[in-house]
Amino acid sequence: MGKNILKSFLFYIIFIIILGLLYPLLVTGISKIIFPAKSEGSLIYIGGKAVGSELIGQNFIGDKYFHPRPSAAGKDGYDAMSSGGSNLAPTNKDFISTVSERLAAFKKENNLPDNTIIPADIVTASGSGLDPDISIESAMLQVERISKARSIPANEIQDLITKNTENRILGFLGEPKVNVLKINILLDNLGK
Amino acid sequence: MFFDILQIIVFLLVVVGIAIPLGIYMKKVYSNERTFISRLIAPIENFIYRILRINPLEEMNWKQYAGSLLTFNVLGILILMAILMSQKYLPLNPQGFGGMNFTLALNTATSFVTNTNWQAYSGESTLSYFSQMTGLTVQNFLSAATGMCVAIALIRGLVRKQTKLIGNFWSDLVKSVLYILLPIAIIIALILVSQGAIQNLSNYHIVTTLEGAKQILPMGPVASQEAIKELGTNGGGFFNANSAHPFENPNAISNFIEMMSILIIPIGLVFTFERMTGNKRQGYVIFFAMLILFILMFSTIYFSEIKGNPLLANLGIGSPTSFEGKEVRFGIMNSSLFSTITTATSTGAVNNMHSSLTPIGGMIPLLQIMLGEVIFGGVGAGFYSIMVFVLFTIFIVGLMVGRTPEYLGKKIESFEVKMAILAILIPSVVILIGSGIASITNAGTSSILNKGPHGLTEMLYAFSSAAGNNGSAFAGLNANTVFYNLGLAFTMFAGRFGCIIPVLAISGSLSDKKIIPESSGTFKTTTVMFVFLLIAIVLIIGALTFFPALSLGPLVEHLQLWRS
Repeated sequence: MGKNILKSFLFYIIFIIILGLLYPLLVTGISKIIFPAKSEGSLIYIGGKAVGSELIGQNFIGDKYFHPRPSAAGKDGYDAMSSGGSNLAPTNKDFISTVSERLAAFKKENNLPDNTIIPADIVTASGSGLDPDISIESAMLQVERISKARSIPANEIQDLITKNTENRILGFLGEPKVNVLKINILLDNLGK
Repeated sequence: MFFDILQIIVFLLVVVGIAIPLGIYMKKVYSNERTFISRLIAPIENFIYRILRINPLEEMNWKQYAGSLLTFNVLGILILMAILMSQKYLPLNPQGFGGMNFTLALNTATSFVTNTNWQAYSGESTLSYFSQMTGLTVQNFLSAATGMCVAIALIRGLVRKQTKLIGNFWSDLVKSVLYILLPIAIIIALILVSQGAIQNLSNYHIVTTLEGAKQILPMGPVASQEAIKELGTNGGGFFNANSAHPFENPNAISNFIEMMSILIIPIGLVFTFERMTGNKRQGYVIFFAMLILFILMFSTIYFSEIKGNPLLANLGIGSPTSFEGKEVRFGIMNSSLFSTITTATSTGAVNNMHSSLTPIGGMIPLLQIMLGEVIFGGVGAGFYSIMVFVLFTIFIVGLMVGRTPEYLGKKIESFEVKMAILAILIPSVVILIGSGIASITNAGTSSILNKGPHGLTEMLYAFSSAAGNNGSAFAGLNANTVFYNLGLAFTMFAGRFGCIIPVLAISGSLSDKKIIPESSGTFKTTTVMFVFLLIAIVLIIGALTFFPALSLGPLVEHLQLWRS
């Protein structure tokens, strides 16, 4: 018994060094050399200043930008310090009424007819609360509003969506999507 | 739909294609044969043996093996608690987080040592890099290695004859880590970084968004922990959102790699078993029983999620409606597949929030955990758990047709059957009693987020997840309370070692037996019929034990949802 305890203890010292320090530091070191930008969070810089990470969604409220999905991370959403979903049950009454409020708000801000079928992603919160993407349909429904706010013809914005749709990887893996931060930066670059 | 089917077919082919050679490799490792990386690893291995004064060839009987394993794991809990509670005074804490309190530290330490990785805390706002690396990452390796040791010891018991010895725990542990887990984890971690998973020791970044708001981006050595989190079927996320977090799981490729990492060792071990027994069909019987159950479970989640939520469809939302808690980049397909895999095994990582799944979609993860995670199962744990069911099946069949219960030439007698029943019964009892207590006390019910049948499911899921050492949650439940921290810590410990010790006892008892040649009186365990018998026993035991509880939770909720 005493022998086992001593052995276990020495084991932990060795393994904490190998697995707890050498292993993560080795991976960190190699990553820093081969993938310097990715290992640091795929940050996007404009004029030398970081405006966000291409992987982490952020809030957009103004009419001139594509809006992201609702978020349950933090009080106002997209708080990367408290990632997570709402965990609301599909039968929860509050959940259903929250979604129907979001639905009405989305239709109103984008001036959509009442019978428009709205994609689920734009009225439901993601699991991480930091989902950087929206579906192509959800992007298309926002075109009119952005076109008006920026006085850019709608077809230019539609083109932007089509060109910047991220398709299934290798043609079959994952889902087609639009990265909200990246496309909003492109919108700013369109002029105006 | 076309892409969905294509994805699962490609996925299964790739996984099995990697698992088979890995299984053969693991057989070599545990049988002390030379492998292609021995030249590199053997010096390190021997160095460790020298420091610890271990003779790897000096084997143990089952009681010595269990004693070393228990001592090692209990000490692990104490060391991890010490790290978590004192992180304030330790290095690599750029955000200056304080120490964990006692009950949360006990819960977290038990959770990581038992391979559960239940998390009542939120990583990004609680833990220093030092705690994540030297505490959690280390236990991710060691708890997985512990499971592998038990699986290998059990296989030795089945294969050997007339000896009490089942291997050297220390040597099995060192081999599991150095030859198997560590090299694969390094490769996976680097692939994950190549897709965008972060890996650094930087301070949290503060950025100003396009609209002028501030956003704090937490950083950390994520990929290295992510790799072993999946490979070791641990499941504890670096961040609160776990594998739904884009820094842990940035795209469909990383998701593919993570799902694959979860399955390769559990499936590989089935082929290790096949090689060690030298009985090919015996391995395939187990593999196909698992595969059939897996496809059954996946299809149920998938079609339930595709069918979606009628309450949202009524509002004028397009299909697929069940999108709360899911990420756009994963969609229904990769969310359903991940949920199936994480609960078929004892992983518990999530890339979507199980609490927001449709009632049937959420019942399957729960059911898979209750069945004992025998569908591929946890690293090592899955293999020894399905073997318990195999022995039990042989026993039941023996009773029904009046043949001698034998497996691989070993007579299955009263001692083995008693131990097998204990291994099945202990987790079930703690689940039902634990959630029973929770549902009639204020301490239990006050943590519920969603009222009604879903609330019962939240509690049931918590105790099942703890007893099954899974670690996923219906996370609406506020689990960071004294009641849940202590209750679940006990449940995790009982679920883990209440299964491991009987399994080691079985191994010890079997290894001592003679191998008798097959005769006309032997019930054949290499037939298609045995595959279905095994599936039936797994499902029947699960149904008999848990159907009443499930019918009050997810089944009632399903009926409520579709009544309107």
